[in-house]
Amino acid sequence: MALRALFTKTAPTLASGLGPFASAGGSGTRWQGLCHARGLKVAALPDLEYDYGALEPAISGEIMRLHHQKHHKAYVSNYNDALEKLDAAMAKGDVPAVVRLQSAIKFNGGGHINHTIFWKNLKPVNEGGGEPPHATLGWAIDTDFGSLEALVQKMNAEGAALQGSGWVWLALDKERKKLLVEATANQDPLVTKGANLVPLLGIDVWEHAYYLQYKNVKPEYLKNIWSVMNWKYASEVYDSEIA
Amino acid sequence: MAMALPLAYASSVVHPFEAGRLSFSTKATKHKKQIYQFRKVTKVLAYYGLTNPPYKLDALEPYMSRRTLELHWGNIHRGYVDSLNKQLANSPLYGCTMEELIKTTFNNGNPLPEYNNAAEVWNHDFFWESMQPNGGRLPWGGVLDQIEKDFGSFSNFRDEFVHSAMMLFGSGWVWLVLKTNERRLSIVRTSNALCPLVWGDIPIISLDMWEHAYYLDYKDDVSKYVNNFMDHLISWHSATARMVRTEAFVNLGEPKIPVA
Repeated sequence: MALRALFTKTAPTLASGLGPFASAGGSGTRWQGLCHARGLKVAALPDLEYDYGALEPAISGEIMRLHHQKHHKAYVSNYNDALEKLDAAMAKGDVPAVVRLQSAIKFNGGGHINHTIFWKNLKPVNEGGGEPPHATLGWAIDTDFGSLEALVQKMNAEGAALQGSGWVWLALDKERKKLLVEATANQDPLVTKGANLVPLLGIDVWEHAYYLQYKNVKPEYLKNIWSVMNWKYASEVYDSEIA
Repeated sequence: MAMALPLAYASSVVHPFEAGRLSFSTKATKHKKQIYQFRKVTKVLAYYGLTNPPYKLDALEPYMSRRTLELHWGNIHRGYVDSLNKQLANSPLYGCTMEELIKTTFNNGNPLPEYNNAAEVWNHDFFWESMQPNGGRLPWGGVLDQIEKDFGSFSNFRDEFVHSAMMLFGSGWVWLVLKTNERRLSIVRTSNALCPLVWGDIPIISLDMWEHAYYLDYKDDVSKYVNNFMDHLISWHSATARMVRTEAFVNLGEPKIPVA
Protein backbone atom coordinates (compact mmCIF):
# COMPACT_ATOMS: atom_id res chain seq x y z
CA MET A 1 0.00 0.00 0.00
CA ALA A 2 2.64 2.45 1.11
CA LEU A 3 4.74 1.52 -1.87
CA ARG A 4 1.95 2.31 -4.28
CA ALA A 5 1.51 5.79 -2.80
CA LEU A 6 5.22 6.25 -3.27
CA PHE A 7 5.02 5.75 -7.00
CA THR A 8 1.93 7.56 -8.10
CA LYS A 9 0.22 10.83 -7.64
CA THR A 10 -3.35 11.35 -8.70
CA ALA A 11 -3.58 14.24 -11.11
CA PRO A 12 -5.28 17.03 -9.18
CA THR A 13 -8.20 19.04 -10.47
CA LEU A 14 -7.30 22.25 -12.23
CA ALA A 15 -8.40 24.31 -9.26
CA SER A 16 -5.79 22.95 -6.88
CA GLY A 17 -2.94 24.07 -9.09
CA LEU A 18 0.52 22.61 -9.18
CA GLY A 19 0.89 21.84 -5.46
CA PRO A 20 1.82 18.15 -5.26
CA PHE A 21 3.88 18.35 -8.44
CA ALA A 22 6.02 21.29 -7.42
CA SER A 23 8.88 19.10 -6.34
CA ALA A 24 8.52 16.45 -8.99
CA GLY A 25 10.96 17.92 -11.49
CA GLY A 26 8.27 19.00 -13.86
CA SER A 27 7.59 15.62 -15.40
CA GLY A 28 4.17 15.37 -13.82
CA THR A 29 2.85 18.74 -14.85
CA ARG A 30 2.27 17.88 -18.49
CA TRP A 31 0.09 14.98 -17.54
CA GLN A 32 -2.25 16.91 -15.29
CA GLY A 33 -4.28 18.38 -18.06
CA LEU A 34 -4.33 15.22 -20.14
CA CYS A 35 -5.26 12.77 -17.45
CA HIS A 36 -7.16 14.59 -14.76
CA ALA A 37 -10.47 14.14 -16.47
CA ARG A 38 -10.13 10.33 -16.29
CA GLY A 39 -8.48 10.40 -12.86
CA LEU A 40 -5.59 8.39 -14.25
CA LYS A 41 -2.81 7.94 -11.71
CA VAL A 42 0.43 8.94 -13.37
CA ALA A 43 3.94 8.29 -12.21
CA ALA A 44 6.24 11.08 -11.10
CA LEU A 45 9.99 11.23 -10.78
CA PRO A 46 10.81 11.16 -7.05
CA ASP A 47 13.51 13.48 -5.71
CA LEU A 48 16.67 12.14 -4.19
CA GLU A 49 17.15 12.67 -0.46
CA TYR A 50 20.79 13.57 -0.98
CA ASP A 51 22.91 15.48 -3.48
CA TYR A 52 24.15 13.83 -6.64
CA GLY A 53 27.72 14.01 -5.41
CA ALA A 54 26.97 12.77 -1.90
CA LEU A 55 27.64 9.11 -2.68
CA GLU A 56 31.20 9.66 -3.88
CA PRO A 57 33.58 7.90 -4.17
CA ALA A 58 31.39 4.79 -4.36
CA ILE A 59 29.19 6.21 -7.11
CA SER A 60 30.21 9.35 -8.95
CA GLY A 61 28.03 12.44 -9.08
CA GLU A 62 27.99 12.31 -12.88
CA ILE A 63 26.50 8.82 -12.84
CA MET A 64 23.92 9.76 -10.20
CA ARG A 65 22.85 12.82 -12.15
CA LEU A 66 22.50 10.96 -15.47
CA HIS A 67 20.92 7.96 -13.80
CA HIS A 68 18.26 10.06 -12.07
CA GLN A 69 17.66 12.90 -14.51
CA LYS A 70 17.92 10.98 -17.74
CA HIS A 71 17.34 7.27 -17.28
CA HIS A 72 14.78 7.27 -14.48
CA LYS A 73 13.01 10.28 -15.94
CA ALA A 74 12.78 8.51 -19.31
CA TYR A 75 11.22 5.47 -17.63
CA VAL A 76 8.66 7.74 -15.95
CA SER A 77 7.72 9.60 -19.15
CA ASN A 78 7.56 6.45 -21.25
CA TYR A 79 5.49 4.71 -18.60
CA ASN A 80 3.02 7.58 -18.47
CA ASP A 81 2.91 7.58 -22.27
CA ALA A 82 2.17 3.87 -22.41
CA LEU A 83 -0.36 4.17 -19.59
CA GLU A 84 -2.31 6.82 -21.43
CA LYS A 85 -2.29 4.76 -24.61
CA LEU A 86 -3.38 1.72 -22.62
CA ASP A 87 -6.24 3.64 -21.11
CA ALA A 88 -7.39 4.76 -24.54
CA ALA A 89 -7.07 1.24 -25.93
CA MET A 90 -9.03 -0.25 -23.04
CA ALA A 91 -11.76 2.33 -23.42
CA LYS A 92 -12.06 1.50 -27.11
CA GLY A 93 -11.83 -2.23 -26.50
CA ASP A 94 -8.79 -2.46 -28.78
CA VAL A 95 -7.43 -5.79 -27.57
CA PRO A 96 -4.38 -6.05 -29.86
CA ALA A 97 -3.28 -2.58 -28.77
CA VAL A 98 -3.74 -3.49 -25.10
CA VAL A 99 -1.56 -6.57 -25.54
CA ARG A 100 1.02 -4.73 -27.61
CA LEU A 101 1.51 -2.10 -24.91
CA GLN A 102 2.28 -4.65 -22.17
CA SER A 103 5.99 -4.90 -22.86
CA ALA A 104 6.44 -1.11 -22.75
CA ILE A 105 4.50 -0.93 -19.48
CA LYS A 106 6.45 -3.78 -17.94
CA PHE A 107 9.77 -2.31 -18.98
CA ASN A 108 9.19 1.34 -18.14
CA GLY A 109 6.95 0.72 -15.13
CA GLY A 110 9.44 -1.78 -13.82
CA GLY A 111 12.23 0.71 -14.36
CA HIS A 112 10.32 3.30 -12.36
CA ILE A 113 9.58 0.88 -9.50
CA ASN A 114 13.12 -0.43 -9.33
CA HIS A 115 14.84 2.93 -9.42
CA THR A 116 12.50 4.45 -6.83
CA ILE A 117 13.53 1.68 -4.46
CA PHE A 118 17.17 2.04 -5.48
CA TRP A 119 17.37 5.74 -4.52
CA LYS A 120 16.07 4.83 -1.08
CA ASN A 121 18.57 1.99 -0.81
CA LEU A 122 21.47 4.42 -1.02
CA LYS A 123 22.62 6.85 1.63
CA PRO A 124 25.71 9.05 1.96
CA VAL A 125 28.32 7.70 4.35
CA ASN A 126 27.98 10.64 6.72
CA GLU A 127 24.25 9.99 7.03
CA GLY A 128 24.58 6.33 7.95
CA GLY A 129 25.28 4.74 4.57
CA GLY A 130 27.12 1.46 4.89
CA GLU A 131 26.26 0.92 8.56
CA PRO A 132 25.48 -2.78 8.96
CA PRO A 133 21.98 -3.87 9.99
CA HIS A 134 21.16 -4.64 13.59
CA ALA A 135 18.30 -6.15 15.52
CA THR A 136 15.65 -8.04 13.60
CA LEU A 137 17.10 -7.76 10.10
CA GLY A 138 20.62 -8.44 11.37
CA TRP A 139 19.52 -11.64 13.09
CA ALA A 140 17.50 -12.73 10.07
CA ILE A 141 20.57 -12.29 7.85
CA ASP A 142 22.69 -14.35 10.24
CA THR A 143 20.03 -17.04 10.32
CA ASP A 144 19.42 -17.25 6.58
CA PHE A 145 22.93 -16.59 5.23
CA GLY A 146 25.30 -17.24 8.11
CA SER A 147 26.72 -13.75 8.24
CA LEU A 148 26.52 -10.34 6.60
CA GLU A 149 29.77 -11.05 4.73
CA ALA A 150 28.27 -14.21 3.28
CA LEU A 151 25.22 -12.28 2.10
CA VAL A 152 27.35 -9.57 0.49
CA GLN A 153 29.50 -12.18 -1.21
CA LYS A 154 26.43 -14.01 -2.52
CA MET A 155 24.85 -10.85 -3.90
CA ASN A 156 28.10 -9.75 -5.51
CA ALA A 157 28.54 -13.17 -7.10
CA GLU A 158 24.99 -13.03 -8.50
CA GLY A 159 25.60 -9.53 -9.77
CA ALA A 160 28.88 -10.41 -11.45
CA ALA A 161 27.39 -13.51 -13.05
CA LEU A 162 24.34 -11.71 -14.41
CA GLN A 163 24.52 -11.60 -18.22
CA GLY A 164 23.27 -8.44 -19.87
CA SER A 165 21.19 -5.99 -17.87
CA GLY A 166 19.32 -6.58 -14.65
CA TRP A 167 19.08 -6.21 -10.91
CA VAL A 168 20.21 -8.18 -7.86
CA TRP A 169 17.87 -8.15 -4.88
CA LEU A 170 17.85 -8.97 -1.20
CA ALA A 171 14.27 -10.15 -0.96
CA LEU A 172 11.95 -11.12 1.85
CA ASP A 173 9.55 -13.97 1.20
CA LYS A 174 6.53 -12.74 3.16
CA GLU A 175 4.84 -16.14 3.38
CA ARG A 176 7.83 -18.15 4.49
CA LYS A 177 9.39 -15.28 6.43
CA LYS A 178 12.77 -16.00 4.83
CA LEU A 179 15.37 -13.82 3.20
CA LEU A 180 16.59 -14.67 -0.29
CA VAL A 181 18.92 -13.34 -2.95
CA GLU A 182 17.23 -13.02 -6.34
CA ALA A 183 18.21 -11.63 -9.72
CA THR A 184 15.87 -10.16 -12.31
CA ALA A 185 16.58 -9.39 -15.95
CA ASN A 186 16.30 -5.99 -17.62
CA GLN A 187 13.79 -3.89 -15.63
CA ASP A 188 11.64 -6.74 -14.37
CA PRO A 189 10.50 -5.88 -10.84
CA LEU A 190 11.08 -8.40 -8.08
CA VAL A 191 7.46 -9.52 -7.99
CA THR A 192 7.97 -11.21 -11.37
CA LYS A 193 10.00 -13.79 -9.47
CA GLY A 194 7.26 -14.42 -6.91
CA ALA A 195 4.20 -12.57 -5.69
CA ASN A 196 5.31 -12.98 -2.08
CA LEU A 197 8.68 -11.34 -2.57
CA VAL A 198 9.28 -7.92 -1.05
CA PRO A 199 12.41 -6.03 -2.11
CA LEU A 200 14.60 -4.90 0.79
CA LEU A 201 17.70 -3.92 -1.16
CA GLY A 202 18.34 -3.78 -4.88
CA ILE A 203 21.55 -3.24 -6.81
CA ASP A 204 21.29 -1.94 -10.37
CA VAL A 205 23.74 -3.87 -12.54
CA TRP A 206 22.79 -2.21 -15.80
CA GLU A 207 25.95 -0.81 -17.34
CA HIS A 208 24.62 2.74 -17.09
CA ALA A 209 24.79 2.37 -13.31
CA TYR A 210 28.58 2.03 -13.24
CA TYR A 211 30.25 2.15 -16.65
CA LEU A 212 31.38 5.79 -16.64
CA GLN A 213 33.24 5.28 -13.39
CA TYR A 214 34.19 1.61 -13.22
CA LYS A 215 34.25 0.84 -16.96
CA ASN A 216 33.85 -2.91 -17.36
CA VAL A 217 35.09 -3.76 -13.85
CA LYS A 218 31.67 -4.64 -12.46
CA PRO A 219 33.00 -6.51 -9.39
CA GLU A 220 34.67 -3.28 -8.18
CA TYR A 221 31.35 -1.42 -8.37
CA LEU A 222 29.62 -4.22 -6.50
CA LYS A 223 32.26 -4.16 -3.80
CA ASN A 224 32.07 -0.39 -3.32
CA ILE A 225 28.33 0.09 -3.36
CA TRP A 226 28.01 -1.58 0.04
CA SER A 227 29.71 1.42 1.60
CA VAL A 228 26.67 3.54 0.77
CA MET A 229 23.98 0.95 1.38
CA ASN A 230 21.03 2.16 3.44
CA TRP A 231 20.41 -0.75 5.76
CA LYS A 232 18.09 1.39 7.86
CA TYR A 233 15.56 1.49 5.02
CA ALA A 234 15.87 -2.26 4.53
CA SER A 235 15.26 -2.80 8.26
CA GLU A 236 12.20 -0.60 8.21
CA VAL A 237 10.67 -2.47 5.30
CA TYR A 238 11.58 -5.80 6.87
CA ASP A 239 10.03 -4.90 10.21
CA SER A 240 6.83 -3.58 8.67
CA GLU A 241 6.36 -6.74 6.57
CA ILE A 242 7.22 -9.21 9.32
CA ALA A 243 4.97 -7.57 11.88
CA MET B 1 36.26 -13.97 -37.90
CA ALA B 2 37.69 -15.82 -34.92
CA MET B 3 38.24 -19.48 -35.67
CA ALA B 4 40.22 -22.22 -33.98
CA LEU B 5 43.65 -20.99 -35.01
CA PRO B 6 46.55 -23.39 -35.43
CA LEU B 7 49.34 -22.74 -32.95
CA ALA B 8 51.53 -20.92 -35.44
CA TYR B 9 49.00 -18.10 -35.91
CA ALA B 10 47.35 -17.72 -32.53
CA SER B 11 48.47 -14.46 -31.01
CA SER B 12 47.56 -14.88 -27.39
CA VAL B 13 48.72 -18.42 -26.76
CA VAL B 14 51.46 -19.84 -24.55
CA HIS B 15 52.96 -22.97 -26.06
CA PRO B 16 53.18 -25.60 -23.30
CA PHE B 17 56.75 -26.34 -24.43
CA GLU B 18 57.76 -22.71 -24.14
CA ALA B 19 56.10 -22.34 -20.79
CA GLY B 20 58.29 -25.10 -19.44
CA ARG B 21 61.41 -23.53 -20.85
CA LEU B 22 60.92 -20.39 -18.80
CA SER B 23 61.59 -22.22 -15.55
CA PHE B 24 65.01 -23.75 -16.46
CA SER B 25 67.84 -23.22 -13.96
CA THR B 26 71.09 -25.31 -13.95
CA LYS B 27 72.58 -27.21 -16.89
CA ALA B 28 71.97 -30.62 -15.32
CA THR B 29 68.38 -29.96 -14.49
CA LYS B 30 68.04 -28.24 -17.86
CA HIS B 31 68.99 -31.44 -19.64
CA LYS B 32 66.64 -33.53 -17.51
CA LYS B 33 63.85 -31.01 -17.97
CA GLN B 34 64.37 -30.85 -21.71
CA ILE B 35 63.78 -34.56 -22.01
CA TYR B 36 60.83 -34.37 -19.65
CA GLN B 37 59.26 -31.47 -21.55
CA PHE B 38 59.81 -33.26 -24.86
CA ARG B 39 58.00 -36.30 -23.52
CA LYS B 40 55.14 -34.18 -22.26
CA VAL B 41 54.48 -32.48 -25.57
CA THR B 42 52.41 -35.07 -27.36
CA LYS B 43 49.29 -32.99 -27.73
CA VAL B 44 49.06 -29.78 -29.75
CA LEU B 45 46.50 -27.39 -28.39
CA ALA B 46 44.91 -24.57 -30.30
CA TYR B 47 43.00 -21.73 -28.74
CA TYR B 48 40.74 -19.03 -30.06
CA GLY B 49 42.59 -15.77 -30.47
CA LEU B 50 41.45 -12.19 -30.26
CA THR B 51 41.40 -10.90 -33.81
CA ASN B 52 42.10 -7.22 -34.40
CA PRO B 53 39.49 -4.89 -35.82
CA PRO B 54 40.31 -4.06 -39.46
CA TYR B 55 41.26 -0.47 -38.57
CA LYS B 56 43.22 1.37 -35.91
CA LEU B 57 41.44 2.01 -32.64
CA ASP B 58 41.17 5.74 -33.27
CA ALA B 59 39.98 5.36 -36.87
CA LEU B 60 36.31 5.66 -36.02
CA GLU B 61 36.62 9.02 -34.27
CA PRO B 62 34.62 11.14 -33.61
CA TYR B 63 31.69 8.70 -33.84
CA MET B 64 33.26 6.01 -31.71
CA SER B 65 36.18 7.16 -29.60
CA ARG B 66 39.50 5.38 -29.23
CA ARG B 67 38.82 5.03 -25.50
CA THR B 68 35.57 3.19 -26.18
CA LEU B 69 37.35 0.78 -28.55
CA GLU B 70 40.23 0.28 -26.14
CA LEU B 71 37.79 -0.80 -23.46
CA HIS B 72 35.22 -2.52 -25.65
CA TRP B 73 37.71 -4.50 -27.72
CA GLY B 74 40.73 -4.59 -25.43
CA ASN B 75 38.95 -5.44 -22.19
CA ILE B 76 35.46 -6.70 -22.85
CA HIS B 77 35.98 -8.61 -26.12
CA ARG B 78 39.32 -9.93 -24.89
CA GLY B 79 37.63 -10.98 -21.66
CA TYR B 80 35.13 -13.10 -23.57
CA VAL B 81 37.94 -14.77 -25.57
CA ASP B 82 39.91 -15.58 -22.42
CA SER B 83 36.83 -16.89 -20.60
CA LEU B 84 35.93 -19.06 -23.57
CA ASN B 85 39.43 -20.55 -23.78
CA LYS B 86 39.35 -21.30 -20.07
CA GLN B 87 36.01 -23.03 -20.39
CA LEU B 88 37.11 -25.08 -23.38
CA ALA B 89 40.42 -26.19 -21.92
CA ASN B 90 38.94 -29.40 -20.59
CA SER B 91 35.74 -29.59 -22.52
CA PRO B 92 34.49 -32.07 -25.13
CA LEU B 93 33.46 -29.06 -27.20
CA TYR B 94 37.09 -28.25 -27.91
CA GLY B 95 38.09 -28.05 -31.55
CA CYS B 96 35.10 -26.59 -33.41
CA THR B 97 34.98 -23.60 -35.69
CA MET B 98 33.29 -20.65 -34.06
CA GLU B 99 30.05 -21.06 -36.01
CA GLU B 100 29.86 -24.77 -35.14
CA LEU B 101 30.53 -23.97 -31.50
CA ILE B 102 27.79 -21.36 -31.35
CA LYS B 103 25.19 -23.66 -32.91
CA THR B 104 26.17 -26.60 -30.71
CA THR B 105 26.27 -24.69 -27.45
CA PHE B 106 22.99 -22.91 -28.20
CA ASN B 107 21.52 -26.36 -27.84
CA ASN B 108 18.20 -25.38 -29.44
CA GLY B 109 17.32 -22.82 -26.80
CA ASN B 110 18.81 -24.41 -23.68
CA PRO B 111 22.23 -22.83 -23.93
CA LEU B 112 25.24 -24.51 -22.44
CA PRO B 113 27.56 -22.38 -20.28
CA GLU B 114 30.00 -21.89 -23.16
CA TYR B 115 27.35 -20.35 -25.40
CA ASN B 116 27.50 -16.87 -23.96
CA ASN B 117 31.23 -16.49 -24.36
CA ALA B 118 31.36 -18.10 -27.81
CA ALA B 119 28.49 -16.02 -29.17
CA GLU B 120 29.86 -12.78 -27.74
CA VAL B 121 33.30 -13.43 -29.26
CA TRP B 122 31.72 -14.01 -32.66
CA ASN B 123 29.27 -11.11 -32.30
CA HIS B 124 32.02 -8.65 -31.50
CA ASP B 125 34.24 -9.83 -34.37
CA PHE B 126 31.28 -9.40 -36.68
CA PHE B 127 30.54 -5.97 -35.23
CA TRP B 128 34.06 -4.58 -35.74
CA GLU B 129 33.91 -5.75 -39.33
CA SER B 130 30.47 -4.19 -39.76
CA MET B 131 32.03 -0.77 -39.28
CA GLN B 132 34.68 1.17 -41.12
CA PRO B 133 36.19 4.66 -41.07
CA ASN B 134 34.26 6.93 -43.46
CA GLY B 135 31.42 4.47 -43.50
CA GLY B 136 27.72 5.10 -43.61
CA ARG B 137 25.85 6.76 -46.43
CA LEU B 138 24.37 4.46 -49.03
CA PRO B 139 25.05 0.92 -50.19
CA TRP B 140 25.35 0.24 -53.90
CA GLY B 141 24.81 -2.47 -56.49
CA GLY B 142 23.34 -5.78 -55.36
CA VAL B 143 22.99 -4.81 -51.71
CA LEU B 144 21.05 -1.67 -52.55
CA ASP B 145 18.88 -3.59 -54.98
CA GLN B 146 18.09 -6.26 -52.41
CA ILE B 147 17.32 -3.64 -49.74
CA GLU B 148 15.00 -1.79 -52.07
CA LYS B 149 13.34 -5.05 -53.00
CA ASP B 150 12.79 -6.17 -49.41
CA PHE B 151 12.10 -2.85 -47.67
CA GLY B 152 10.69 -0.69 -50.42
CA SER B 153 13.40 1.95 -50.22
CA PHE B 154 16.66 2.57 -48.44
CA SER B 155 15.09 5.20 -46.19
CA ASN B 156 12.40 2.70 -45.11
CA PHE B 157 15.15 0.29 -44.19
CA ARG B 158 17.07 2.97 -42.33
CA ASP B 159 14.00 4.07 -40.37
CA GLU B 160 13.13 0.50 -39.48
CA PHE B 161 16.68 -0.23 -38.34
CA VAL B 162 16.82 2.87 -36.16
CA HIS B 163 13.36 2.18 -34.74
CA SER B 164 14.30 -1.40 -33.92
CA ALA B 165 17.42 -0.22 -32.10
CA MET B 166 15.45 2.33 -30.07
CA MET B 167 12.86 -0.28 -29.11
CA LEU B 168 15.39 -2.69 -27.64
CA PHE B 169 14.72 -3.09 -23.91
CA GLY B 170 17.90 -4.06 -22.11
CA SER B 171 21.13 -5.31 -23.67
CA GLY B 172 21.25 -6.75 -27.15
CA TRP B 173 22.05 -6.40 -30.81
CA VAL B 174 20.28 -5.22 -33.95
CA TRP B 175 20.98 -7.17 -37.13
CA LEU B 176 20.38 -6.90 -40.83
CA VAL B 177 20.08 -10.58 -41.71
CA LEU B 178 19.29 -12.58 -44.78
CA LYS B 179 16.60 -15.03 -43.76
CA THR B 180 17.54 -18.26 -45.48
CA ASN B 181 14.05 -19.75 -45.51
CA GLU B 182 12.23 -16.63 -46.62
CA ARG B 183 15.13 -15.65 -48.92
CA ARG B 184 14.87 -12.01 -48.06
CA LEU B 185 16.61 -9.38 -45.97
CA SER B 186 15.12 -8.62 -42.58
CA ILE B 187 15.90 -6.60 -39.47
CA VAL B 188 16.19 -8.67 -36.32
CA ARG B 189 16.66 -7.60 -32.72
CA THR B 190 18.26 -10.02 -30.27
CA SER B 191 18.79 -9.90 -26.51
CA ASN B 192 22.07 -10.24 -24.65
CA ALA B 193 24.29 -12.62 -26.63
CA LEU B 194 21.75 -14.17 -28.96
CA CYS B 195 23.03 -14.45 -32.52
CA PRO B 196 20.92 -15.08 -35.66
CA LEU B 197 23.34 -17.84 -36.69
CA VAL B 198 21.50 -20.13 -34.32
CA TRP B 199 18.40 -19.94 -36.51
CA GLY B 200 20.40 -20.62 -39.64
CA ASP B 201 20.05 -17.03 -40.84
CA ILE B 202 22.95 -15.13 -42.35
CA PRO B 203 23.88 -11.84 -40.70
CA ILE B 204 24.93 -8.99 -42.97
CA ILE B 205 25.40 -6.07 -40.56
CA SER B 206 25.16 -5.77 -36.80
CA LEU B 207 24.95 -2.97 -34.25
CA ASP B 208 25.93 -3.49 -30.62
CA MET B 209 23.23 -1.98 -28.38
CA TRP B 210 24.80 -2.99 -25.08
CA GLU B 211 25.36 0.18 -23.08
CA HIS B 212 29.13 -0.39 -22.95
CA ALA B 213 29.20 0.17 -26.72
CA TYR B 214 28.09 3.79 -26.53
CA TYR B 215 27.88 5.01 -22.96
CA LEU B 216 31.29 6.71 -22.81
CA ASP B 217 30.67 8.63 -26.03
CA TYR B 218 26.95 9.29 -25.95
CA LYS B 219 25.82 8.68 -22.35
CA ASP B 220 22.08 8.10 -22.57
CA ASP B 221 21.64 9.63 -26.06
CA VAL B 222 20.96 6.34 -27.82
CA SER B 223 19.31 7.97 -30.82
CA LYS B 224 22.46 9.92 -31.66
CA TYR B 225 24.59 6.77 -31.42
CA VAL B 226 22.33 4.80 -33.75
CA ASN B 227 22.05 7.63 -36.25
CA ASN B 228 25.80 8.16 -36.28
CA PHE B 229 26.25 4.46 -36.88
CA MET B 230 23.90 4.58 -39.87
CA ASP B 231 25.37 7.80 -41.28
CA HIS B 232 29.08 7.42 -40.58
CA LEU B 233 30.15 3.98 -39.42
CA ILE B 234 28.25 1.22 -41.16
CA SER B 235 30.49 -0.63 -43.61
CA TRP B 236 28.64 -1.32 -46.84
CA HIS B 237 31.86 -2.83 -48.17
CA SER B 238 31.57 -5.59 -45.58
CA ALA B 239 27.89 -5.94 -46.28
CA THR B 240 28.59 -6.37 -50.00
CA ALA B 241 31.26 -9.00 -49.37
CA ARG B 242 28.94 -10.86 -47.04
CA MET B 243 26.04 -10.70 -49.50
CA VAL B 244 28.28 -12.06 -52.26
CA ARG B 245 29.21 -14.98 -50.03
CA THR B 246 25.59 -15.47 -49.06
CA GLU B 247 24.52 -15.82 -52.67
CA ALA B 248 26.61 -18.98 -52.82
CA PHE B 249 24.26 -20.50 -50.25
CA VAL B 250 20.89 -18.90 -50.85
CA ASN B 251 19.17 -18.44 -54.16
CA LEU B 252 17.88 -14.89 -54.02
CA GLY B 253 16.11 -14.84 -57.31
CA GLU B 254 15.74 -16.50 -60.65
CA PRO B 255 19.19 -16.99 -62.14
CA LYS B 256 19.69 -15.34 -65.49
CA ILE B 257 20.52 -18.31 -67.66
CA PRO B 258 21.49 -17.08 -71.08
CA VAL B 259 19.58 -18.64 -73.93
CA ALA B 260 21.94 -20.47 -76.27
